[in-house]
Amino acid sequence: MEIPFEHRQSAHCETGVAANLMSHYGLDINESMAFGIGSGLFFGYLPFIRLNHLPLTTYRINTGGIMKRLTKRLGVNLSMTQFRNPAKAMDALDRKLEEGVPVGCQTGGYWLPYFPQAYRFHFNMHNIVVIGRDGDDYKISDPIFEAPVTCHRRDLVKARFAKGALAPKGKMYFVESVSSAPDLPQAVKRGIREVCRTMLKAPVSMIGVKGIRKLAQQVERWPRKFGSEKALLYLGQVIRMQEEIGTGGAGFRFIYAAFLQQAADVLATPRFAELASEMTAIGDHWRQFAVAGARNCKGRARPGDSYAAMAAILNQCADREAALYKDLLALAA
Amino acid sequence: MRKENVPQDVGLAGPMREVVYAVGEDGRYEAVSSYGWDPKTVALSQAWDLILKELEAINAKVAAGELSPLAWHMTRHQMEPPLLAKYARINRWRIKRHMKAGPFRRLKSDLLARYADAFGISVAELQTIPATPDLEFETHREENGNPL
Repeated sequence: MEIPFEHRQSAHCETGVAANLMSHYGLDINESMAFGIGSGLFFGYLPFIRLNHLPLTTYRINTGGIMKRLTKRLGVNLSMTQFRNPAKAMDALDRKLEEGVPVGCQTGGYWLPYFPQAYRFHFNMHNIVVIGRDGDDYKISDPIFEAPVTCHRRDLVKARFAKGALAPKGKMYFVESVSSAPDLPQAVKRGIREVCRTMLKAPVSMIGVKGIRKLAQQVERWPRKFGSEKALLYLGQVIRMQEEIGTGGAGFRFIYAAFLQQAADVLATPRFAELASEMTAIGDHWRQFAVAGARNCKGRARPGDSYAAMAAILNQCADREAALYKDLLALAA
Repeated sequence: MRKENVPQDVGLAGPMREVVYAVGEDGRYEAVSSYGWDPKTVALSQAWDLILKELEAINAKVAAGELSPLAWHMTRHQMEPPLLAKYARINRWRIKRHMKAGPFRRLKSDLLARYADAFGISVAELQTIPATPDLEFETHREENGNPL
Protein backbone atom coordinates (compact mmCIF):
# COMPACT_ATOMS: atom_id res chain seq x y z
CA MET A 1 0.00 0.00 0.00
CA GLU A 2 1.41 3.35 -0.98
CA ILE A 3 -0.17 6.78 -0.75
CA PRO A 4 0.28 8.88 -3.91
CA PHE A 5 2.61 11.52 -2.54
CA GLU A 6 4.78 13.95 -4.46
CA HIS A 7 8.32 13.63 -3.16
CA ARG A 8 10.35 16.78 -3.74
CA GLN A 9 13.97 16.64 -2.65
CA SER A 10 14.81 19.47 -0.29
CA ALA A 11 17.81 20.99 1.38
CA HIS A 12 16.49 20.63 4.90
CA CYS A 13 14.36 17.94 6.50
CA GLU A 14 11.88 19.99 8.49
CA THR A 15 11.10 22.49 5.73
CA GLY A 16 11.05 19.71 3.14
CA VAL A 17 8.54 17.68 5.12
CA ALA A 18 6.48 20.80 5.82
CA ALA A 19 6.36 21.89 2.16
CA ASN A 20 5.63 18.38 0.86
CA LEU A 21 2.85 17.83 3.41
CA MET A 22 1.25 21.23 2.69
CA SER A 23 1.43 20.56 -1.05
CA HIS A 24 -0.20 17.16 -0.56
CA TYR A 25 -3.21 19.01 0.83
CA GLY A 26 -3.33 21.48 -2.04
CA LEU A 27 -1.40 24.42 -0.59
CA ASP A 28 1.15 25.68 -3.11
CA ILE A 29 4.10 25.99 -0.73
CA ASN A 30 7.68 25.16 -1.61
CA GLU A 31 10.59 24.65 0.75
CA SER A 32 11.92 28.21 0.87
CA MET A 33 8.38 29.56 1.35
CA ALA A 34 7.87 27.16 4.27
CA PHE A 35 11.19 28.29 5.72
CA GLY A 36 10.30 31.97 5.42
CA ILE A 37 6.73 31.82 6.70
CA GLY A 38 7.91 29.55 9.50
CA SER A 39 10.56 32.16 10.47
CA GLY A 40 13.33 29.58 10.19
CA LEU A 41 16.28 31.95 9.91
CA PHE A 42 18.27 32.42 13.07
CA PHE A 43 21.69 32.65 14.56
CA GLY A 44 22.82 31.36 17.91
CA TYR A 45 26.25 30.69 19.33
CA LEU A 46 25.47 28.52 22.34
CA PRO A 47 28.71 27.30 23.94
CA PHE A 48 26.91 25.79 26.94
CA ILE A 49 25.23 23.28 24.61
CA ARG A 50 27.77 20.74 23.41
CA LEU A 51 27.76 18.53 20.36
CA ASN A 52 30.60 16.01 20.46
CA HIS A 53 32.13 18.17 23.22
CA LEU A 54 32.16 21.20 20.92
CA PRO A 55 30.05 24.36 21.29
CA LEU A 56 26.82 24.50 19.33
CA THR A 57 26.40 27.11 16.62
CA THR A 58 23.01 27.15 14.99
CA TYR A 59 21.69 28.96 11.95
CA ARG A 60 18.03 28.00 12.31
CA ILE A 61 15.40 28.27 15.03
CA ASN A 62 14.57 25.45 17.41
CA THR A 63 13.52 22.13 15.90
CA GLY A 64 9.83 21.84 15.30
CA GLY A 65 9.53 25.62 15.46
CA ILE A 66 9.26 26.09 11.70
CA MET A 67 6.44 23.56 11.38
CA LYS A 68 4.61 25.09 14.33
CA ARG A 69 4.75 28.66 13.01
CA LEU A 70 4.04 27.68 9.42
CA THR A 71 0.91 25.68 10.22
CA LYS A 72 -0.37 28.36 12.57
CA ARG A 73 0.12 31.14 10.02
CA LEU A 74 -1.48 29.18 7.19
CA GLY A 75 -4.41 27.96 9.25
CA VAL A 76 -3.39 24.31 8.97
CA ASN A 77 -4.48 21.94 11.70
CA LEU A 78 -1.69 19.57 12.57
CA SER A 79 -2.28 16.67 14.93
CA MET A 80 0.82 15.74 16.90
CA THR A 81 1.28 12.78 19.25
CA GLN A 82 4.10 11.24 21.25
CA PHE A 83 4.20 7.73 22.67
CA ARG A 84 5.74 5.75 25.45
CA ASN A 85 5.08 2.38 23.94
CA PRO A 86 6.78 1.56 20.61
CA ALA A 87 4.13 -1.04 19.67
CA LYS A 88 1.36 1.51 20.16
CA ALA A 89 3.34 4.11 18.22
CA MET A 90 3.65 1.75 15.26
CA ASP A 91 -0.04 0.77 15.50
CA ALA A 92 -1.05 4.42 15.37
CA LEU A 93 1.19 4.95 12.34
CA ASP A 94 -0.22 1.88 10.56
CA ARG A 95 -3.80 3.00 11.18
CA LYS A 96 -3.19 6.43 9.67
CA LEU A 97 -1.46 4.90 6.64
CA GLU A 98 -4.48 2.60 6.15
CA GLU A 99 -6.64 5.74 6.05
CA GLY A 100 -4.41 7.08 3.29
CA VAL A 101 -2.88 9.81 5.45
CA PRO A 102 0.83 10.58 5.01
CA VAL A 103 2.43 10.73 8.46
CA GLY A 104 5.37 12.87 9.53
CA CYS A 105 7.73 11.33 12.06
CA GLN A 106 10.57 12.71 14.11
CA THR A 107 13.44 10.23 14.07
CA GLY A 108 17.02 9.67 15.10
CA GLY A 109 19.02 9.78 11.88
CA TYR A 110 21.63 7.42 13.29
CA TRP A 111 19.29 4.44 12.99
CA LEU A 112 17.95 5.02 9.49
CA PRO A 113 19.66 2.31 7.41
CA TYR A 114 19.48 4.24 4.15
CA PHE A 115 21.66 7.04 5.56
CA PRO A 116 25.20 6.96 4.18
CA GLN A 117 27.72 6.17 6.90
CA ALA A 118 29.24 9.64 6.60
CA TYR A 119 26.06 11.26 7.95
CA ARG A 120 25.32 8.78 10.70
CA PHE A 121 25.57 10.80 13.86
CA HIS A 122 23.22 10.83 16.82
CA PHE A 123 20.87 13.65 16.02
CA ASN A 124 17.27 13.14 16.96
CA MET A 125 15.59 15.91 14.98
CA HIS A 126 15.37 14.24 11.60
CA ASN A 127 11.93 14.58 9.99
CA ILE A 128 10.53 12.15 7.45
CA VAL A 129 7.12 11.38 5.95
CA VAL A 130 5.93 7.77 5.97
CA ILE A 131 3.86 7.27 2.83
CA GLY A 132 3.22 3.56 2.62
CA ARG A 133 3.78 0.07 3.88
CA ASP A 134 4.33 -3.32 2.36
CA GLY A 135 4.39 -5.84 5.22
CA ASP A 136 7.32 -4.83 7.38
CA ASP A 137 8.81 -2.48 4.80
CA TYR A 138 7.84 1.14 5.12
CA LYS A 139 7.97 3.53 2.20
CA ILE A 140 9.43 6.83 3.28
CA SER A 141 9.65 10.24 1.69
CA ASP A 142 12.84 11.51 3.29
CA PRO A 143 13.18 15.01 1.84
CA ILE A 144 16.97 15.14 1.85
CA PHE A 145 17.15 12.13 -0.50
CA GLU A 146 16.56 12.26 -4.24
CA ALA A 147 13.82 9.61 -4.26
CA PRO A 148 11.60 7.85 -1.71
CA VAL A 149 13.34 5.10 0.26
CA THR A 150 12.37 1.92 2.09
CA CYS A 151 12.97 1.20 5.73
CA HIS A 152 12.32 -1.96 7.72
CA ARG A 153 9.91 -1.77 10.65
CA ARG A 154 12.66 -2.80 13.09
CA ASP A 155 14.85 0.15 12.04
CA LEU A 156 11.96 2.60 11.96
CA VAL A 157 11.01 1.67 15.53
CA LYS A 158 14.58 2.23 16.63
CA ALA A 159 14.74 5.60 14.85
CA ARG A 160 11.39 6.74 16.27
CA PHE A 161 12.53 5.81 19.75
CA ALA A 162 16.08 7.09 19.55
CA LYS A 163 17.39 8.17 22.95
CA GLY A 164 19.40 11.09 24.18
CA ALA A 165 19.02 14.83 23.66
CA LEU A 166 15.71 15.85 22.08
CA ALA A 167 14.52 12.24 21.99
CA PRO A 168 11.59 11.95 19.56
CA LYS A 169 9.57 9.61 21.81
CA GLY A 170 7.81 8.26 18.74
CA LYS A 171 6.53 11.68 17.77
CA MET A 172 4.25 11.60 14.74
CA TYR A 173 2.11 14.24 13.09
CA PHE A 174 -0.34 14.57 10.26
CA VAL A 175 -2.53 17.23 8.71
CA GLU A 176 -6.10 17.19 10.00
CA SER A 177 -7.50 20.06 8.00
CA VAL A 178 -6.32 23.00 5.94
CA SER A 179 -7.85 26.45 5.70
CA SER A 180 -9.64 27.03 2.40
CA ALA A 181 -8.31 30.56 1.99
CA PRO A 182 -5.03 31.14 3.86
CA ASP A 183 -3.92 34.78 4.00
CA LEU A 184 -0.55 34.30 2.29
CA PRO A 185 0.61 37.97 2.28
CA GLN A 186 -0.13 38.27 5.99
CA ALA A 187 1.67 34.99 6.71
CA VAL A 188 4.72 36.15 4.74
CA LYS A 189 4.86 39.47 6.60
CA ARG A 190 4.49 37.80 9.98
CA GLY A 191 7.27 35.37 9.11
CA ILE A 192 9.62 38.17 8.10
CA ARG A 193 8.87 40.34 11.12
CA GLU A 194 9.56 37.59 13.60
CA VAL A 195 12.97 36.79 12.06
CA CYS A 196 13.97 40.47 12.04
CA ARG A 197 12.92 41.01 15.63
CA THR A 198 14.78 37.96 16.87
CA MET A 199 17.90 38.77 14.90
CA LEU A 200 17.96 42.46 15.90
CA LYS A 201 16.47 42.55 19.35
CA ALA A 202 17.27 39.31 21.16
CA PRO A 203 18.02 40.27 24.74
CA VAL A 204 21.03 37.97 25.10
CA SER A 205 24.45 38.36 23.52
CA MET A 206 24.56 34.87 22.01
CA ILE A 207 21.57 35.19 19.73
CA GLY A 208 20.89 37.09 16.54
CA VAL A 209 23.26 39.66 15.08
CA LYS A 210 24.84 40.05 18.52
CA GLY A 211 25.46 36.31 18.50
CA ILE A 212 27.38 36.55 15.23
CA ARG A 213 29.58 39.24 16.78
CA LYS A 214 30.02 37.07 19.86
CA LEU A 215 31.16 34.18 17.67
CA ALA A 216 33.59 36.52 15.87
CA GLN A 217 35.06 37.59 19.19
CA GLN A 218 35.40 33.98 20.35
CA VAL A 219 36.90 32.75 17.07
CA GLU A 220 39.67 35.26 17.44
CA ARG A 221 40.38 34.01 20.97
CA TRP A 222 40.28 30.26 20.28
CA PRO A 223 43.91 29.66 19.26
CA ARG A 224 45.29 31.45 22.32
CA LYS A 225 42.70 30.00 24.65
CA PHE A 226 42.74 26.36 23.51
CA GLY A 227 45.87 25.91 21.40
CA SER A 228 45.84 25.39 17.68
CA GLU A 229 44.63 21.77 17.55
CA LYS A 230 41.49 22.32 19.59
CA ALA A 231 40.84 25.66 17.90
CA LEU A 232 40.68 23.83 14.58
CA LEU A 233 38.10 21.40 15.96
CA TYR A 234 35.98 24.31 17.16
CA LEU A 235 36.30 25.94 13.75
CA GLY A 236 35.42 22.73 11.91
CA GLN A 237 32.28 22.37 14.00
CA VAL A 238 31.09 25.86 13.00
CA ILE A 239 31.68 25.07 9.33
CA ARG A 240 29.73 21.84 9.67
CA MET A 241 26.79 23.58 11.27
CA GLN A 242 26.86 26.23 8.55
CA GLU A 243 27.36 24.08 5.47
CA GLU A 244 26.58 20.49 6.36
CA ILE A 245 23.76 18.77 4.57
CA GLY A 246 20.53 20.50 5.40
CA THR A 247 21.22 24.22 5.23
CA GLY A 248 20.95 24.77 1.46
CA GLY A 249 24.26 26.63 1.68
CA ALA A 250 25.63 29.45 3.85
CA GLY A 251 23.70 28.50 6.98
CA PHE A 252 20.21 28.87 5.42
CA ARG A 253 21.02 32.34 4.07
CA PHE A 254 20.48 31.21 0.45
CA ILE A 255 17.13 29.53 1.23
CA TYR A 256 16.06 32.73 2.91
CA ALA A 257 17.08 34.80 -0.11
CA ALA A 258 14.96 32.46 -2.27
CA PHE A 259 12.06 33.14 0.08
CA LEU A 260 12.55 36.92 -0.14
CA GLN A 261 12.30 36.71 -3.94
CA GLN A 262 8.93 35.01 -3.56
CA ALA A 263 7.91 37.55 -0.93
CA ALA A 264 8.46 40.27 -3.55
CA ASP A 265 5.86 38.56 -5.74
CA VAL A 266 3.36 37.72 -3.02
CA LEU A 267 3.45 41.25 -1.59
CA ALA A 268 3.92 42.95 -4.98
CA THR A 269 6.89 44.85 -3.54
CA PRO A 270 9.97 44.68 -5.79
CA ARG A 271 12.16 46.02 -2.99
CA PHE A 272 12.10 42.54 -1.38
CA ALA A 273 13.83 41.18 -4.48
CA GLU A 274 16.63 43.74 -4.02
CA LEU A 275 16.98 42.67 -0.41
CA ALA A 276 17.07 39.07 -1.62
CA SER A 277 20.15 39.97 -3.69
CA GLU A 278 21.76 41.51 -0.63
CA MET A 279 21.00 38.33 1.33
CA THR A 280 22.67 36.32 -1.44
CA ALA A 281 25.77 38.52 -1.17
CA ILE A 282 25.79 38.03 2.61
CA GLY A 283 25.50 34.27 2.09
CA ASP A 284 28.47 34.38 -0.28
CA HIS A 285 30.39 36.16 2.45
CA TRP A 286 29.54 33.44 4.98
CA ARG A 287 30.89 30.94 2.43
CA GLN A 288 34.18 32.91 2.42
CA PHE A 289 34.41 32.27 6.13
CA ALA A 290 33.87 28.53 5.54
CA VAL A 291 36.55 28.47 2.84
CA ALA A 292 39.11 30.22 5.04
CA GLY A 293 38.22 28.00 8.00
CA ALA A 294 38.51 24.81 5.95
CA ARG A 295 41.93 25.87 4.65
CA ASN A 296 43.05 26.23 8.25
CA CYS A 297 41.67 22.79 9.12
CA LYS A 298 43.53 21.31 6.18
CA GLY A 299 46.77 23.03 7.18
CA ARG A 300 46.74 25.07 4.00
CA ALA A 301 45.99 28.48 5.44
CA ARG A 302 46.92 31.41 3.25
CA PRO A 303 48.10 34.80 4.53
CA GLY A 304 44.54 36.18 4.64
CA ASP A 305 43.13 33.22 6.59
CA SER A 306 44.21 34.15 10.11
CA TYR A 307 41.71 33.83 12.96
CA ALA A 308 41.58 37.62 13.10
CA ALA A 309 40.73 37.75 9.40
CA MET A 310 38.00 35.14 9.85
CA ALA A 311 36.59 37.11 12.76
CA ALA A 312 36.55 40.19 10.53
CA ILE A 313 34.48 38.31 7.93
CA LEU A 314 31.99 37.33 10.62
CA ASN A 315 31.74 40.91 11.83
CA GLN A 316 31.08 42.07 8.28
CA CYS A 317 28.32 39.46 8.00
CA ALA A 318 26.87 40.77 11.26
CA ASP A 319 26.94 44.40 10.05
CA ARG A 320 25.32 43.61 6.74
CA GLU A 321 22.69 41.35 8.26
CA ALA A 322 21.80 44.03 10.81
CA ALA A 323 21.25 46.60 8.07
CA LEU A 324 19.23 44.09 6.04
CA TYR A 325 16.90 43.17 8.91
CA LYS A 326 16.24 46.84 9.64
CA ASP A 327 15.15 47.38 6.03
CA LEU A 328 13.09 44.20 6.04
CA LEU A 329 11.36 45.07 9.27
CA ALA A 330 10.31 48.48 7.96
CA LEU A 331 9.13 46.94 4.70
CA ALA A 332 7.09 44.16 6.29
CA ALA A 333 5.40 46.39 8.86
CA MET B 1 25.81 31.92 -5.19
CA ARG B 2 25.17 31.53 -8.90
CA LYS B 3 23.96 28.26 -10.35
CA GLU B 4 27.08 27.76 -12.47
CA ASN B 5 29.22 28.14 -9.34
CA VAL B 6 27.44 25.44 -7.34
CA PRO B 7 30.29 23.16 -6.26
CA GLN B 8 30.20 19.52 -7.31
CA ASP B 9 33.00 18.17 -5.12
CA VAL B 10 32.29 14.53 -4.31
CA GLY B 11 32.55 14.08 -0.56
CA LEU B 12 32.22 11.24 1.91
CA ALA B 13 28.70 10.27 0.80
CA GLY B 14 29.82 9.42 -2.73
CA PRO B 15 26.97 9.41 -5.24
CA MET B 16 24.44 11.05 -2.94
CA ARG B 17 23.40 14.48 -4.10
CA GLU B 18 21.92 17.16 -1.93
CA VAL B 19 19.96 20.32 -2.65
CA VAL B 20 21.51 23.76 -2.42
CA TYR B 21 19.93 27.04 -3.40
CA ALA B 22 21.51 29.15 -6.13
CA VAL B 23 20.59 31.94 -8.53
CA GLY B 24 19.83 30.84 -12.10
CA GLU B 25 20.37 32.72 -15.36
CA ASP B 26 17.10 34.62 -15.02
CA GLY B 27 18.14 35.89 -11.59
CA ARG B 28 15.64 33.64 -9.81
CA TYR B 29 16.56 31.15 -7.13
CA GLU B 30 16.48 27.46 -7.94
CA ALA B 31 17.02 24.28 -5.97
CA VAL B 32 20.16 22.76 -7.51
CA SER B 33 21.59 19.26 -6.95
CA SER B 34 25.15 19.13 -5.67
CA TYR B 35 27.56 16.30 -4.87
CA GLY B 36 29.12 18.38 -2.15
CA TRP B 37 31.60 21.09 -1.35
CA ASP B 38 35.20 20.61 -0.21
CA PRO B 39 35.16 22.97 2.78
CA LYS B 40 32.28 21.09 4.36
CA THR B 41 33.83 17.74 3.52
CA VAL B 42 36.98 18.91 5.31
CA ALA B 43 34.93 19.68 8.39
CA LEU B 44 33.05 16.37 8.21
CA SER B 45 36.28 14.38 7.72
CA GLN B 46 37.68 16.10 10.76
CA ALA B 47 34.86 14.69 12.87
CA TRP B 48 35.36 11.15 11.51
CA ASP B 49 39.15 11.31 11.81
CA LEU B 50 38.69 12.06 15.48
CA ILE B 51 36.56 8.93 15.90
CA LEU B 52 38.97 6.75 13.92
CA LYS B 53 41.93 8.02 15.93
CA GLU B 54 40.16 7.28 19.18
CA LEU B 55 39.29 3.77 17.98
CA GLU B 56 42.98 3.13 17.32
CA ALA B 57 43.93 4.33 20.77
CA ILE B 58 41.30 2.07 22.35
CA ASN B 59 42.51 -0.82 20.23
CA ALA B 60 45.94 -0.52 21.80
CA LYS B 61 44.47 -0.38 25.29
CA VAL B 62 42.35 -3.47 24.65
CA ALA B 63 45.41 -5.32 23.38
CA ALA B 64 47.22 -4.25 26.58
CA GLY B 65 44.41 -5.80 28.62
CA GLU B 66 43.24 -2.47 30.03
CA LEU B 67 39.97 -1.79 28.26
CA SER B 68 37.23 -4.12 27.02
CA PRO B 69 35.81 -4.43 23.50
CA LEU B 70 32.72 -2.68 24.88
CA ALA B 71 34.75 0.54 25.09
CA TRP B 72 35.68 0.13 21.44
CA HIS B 73 32.10 -0.49 20.29
CA MET B 74 30.87 2.50 22.27
CA THR B 75 33.22 4.79 20.39
CA ARG B 76 32.40 3.03 17.12
CA HIS B 77 28.72 3.83 17.72
CA GLN B 78 29.44 7.29 19.12
CA MET B 79 27.90 6.44 22.46
CA GLU B 80 29.11 7.62 25.81
CA PRO B 81 27.94 6.01 29.03
CA PRO B 82 24.89 8.30 29.53
CA LEU B 83 23.53 7.57 26.04
CA LEU B 84 24.29 3.85 26.09
CA ALA B 85 22.68 3.70 29.54
CA LYS B 86 19.40 4.74 27.96
CA TYR B 87 19.62 2.31 25.04
CA ALA B 88 20.75 -0.71 27.06
CA ARG B 89 18.86 0.19 30.25
CA ILE B 90 22.01 -0.32 32.30
CA ASN B 91 23.27 2.16 34.85
CA ARG B 92 26.03 4.39 33.52
CA TRP B 93 28.36 3.55 36.40
CA ARG B 94 28.04 -0.13 35.64
CA ILE B 95 28.78 0.67 32.00
CA LYS B 96 31.95 2.47 33.04
CA ARG B 97 32.98 -0.63 34.97
CA HIS B 98 32.22 -2.90 32.01
CA MET B 99 34.49 -0.78 29.83
CA LYS B 100 37.39 -2.38 31.72
CA ALA B 101 38.73 -5.71 30.46
CA GLY B 102 38.26 -7.82 33.61
CA PRO B 103 34.69 -6.94 34.55
CA PHE B 104 33.63 -7.25 30.90
CA ARG B 105 35.04 -10.80 30.67
CA ARG B 106 32.92 -11.86 33.61
CA LEU B 107 29.67 -10.46 32.19
CA LYS B 108 26.62 -12.73 32.12
CA SER B 109 25.02 -13.48 28.78
CA ASP B 110 21.85 -11.43 29.40
CA LEU B 111 23.85 -8.24 29.93
CA LEU B 112 25.99 -8.99 26.89
CA ALA B 113 22.82 -9.42 24.86
CA ARG B 114 21.50 -6.07 26.04
CA TYR B 115 24.68 -4.31 24.98
CA ALA B 116 24.76 -6.09 21.63
CA ASP B 117 21.12 -5.22 21.05
CA ALA B 118 21.75 -1.56 21.82
CA PHE B 119 24.39 -1.40 19.10
CA GLY B 120 22.45 -3.61 16.70
CA ILE B 121 25.24 -6.23 16.54
CA SER B 122 25.60 -9.86 17.69
CA VAL B 123 27.09 -10.91 21.03
CA ALA B 124 30.02 -12.51 19.19
CA GLU B 125 30.71 -9.21 17.44
CA LEU B 126 30.48 -7.37 20.75
CA GLN B 127 33.19 -9.57 22.25
CA THR B 128 35.72 -8.89 19.53
CA ILE B 129 37.19 -5.94 17.67
CA PRO B 130 37.30 -6.09 13.88
CA ALA B 131 40.73 -5.72 12.26
CA THR B 132 39.58 -2.49 10.63
CA PRO B 133 36.56 -0.47 11.75
CA ASP B 134 33.52 -1.09 9.54
CA LEU B 135 33.31 2.60 8.73
CA GLU B 136 33.45 2.83 4.99
CA PHE B 137 32.90 6.04 3.15
CA GLU B 138 31.85 6.09 -0.45
CA THR B 139 34.42 8.55 -1.57
CA HIS B 140 35.61 8.20 -5.13
CA ARG B 141 38.09 10.96 -5.44
CA GLU B 142 41.82 10.77 -5.30
CA GLU B 143 43.74 12.27 -2.47
CA ASN B 144 44.73 15.86 -3.27
CA GLY B 145 42.23 16.09 -6.10
CA ASN B 146 40.11 19.22 -5.88
CA PRO B 147 42.53 21.27 -3.76
CA LEU B 148 40.84 23.97 -1.75
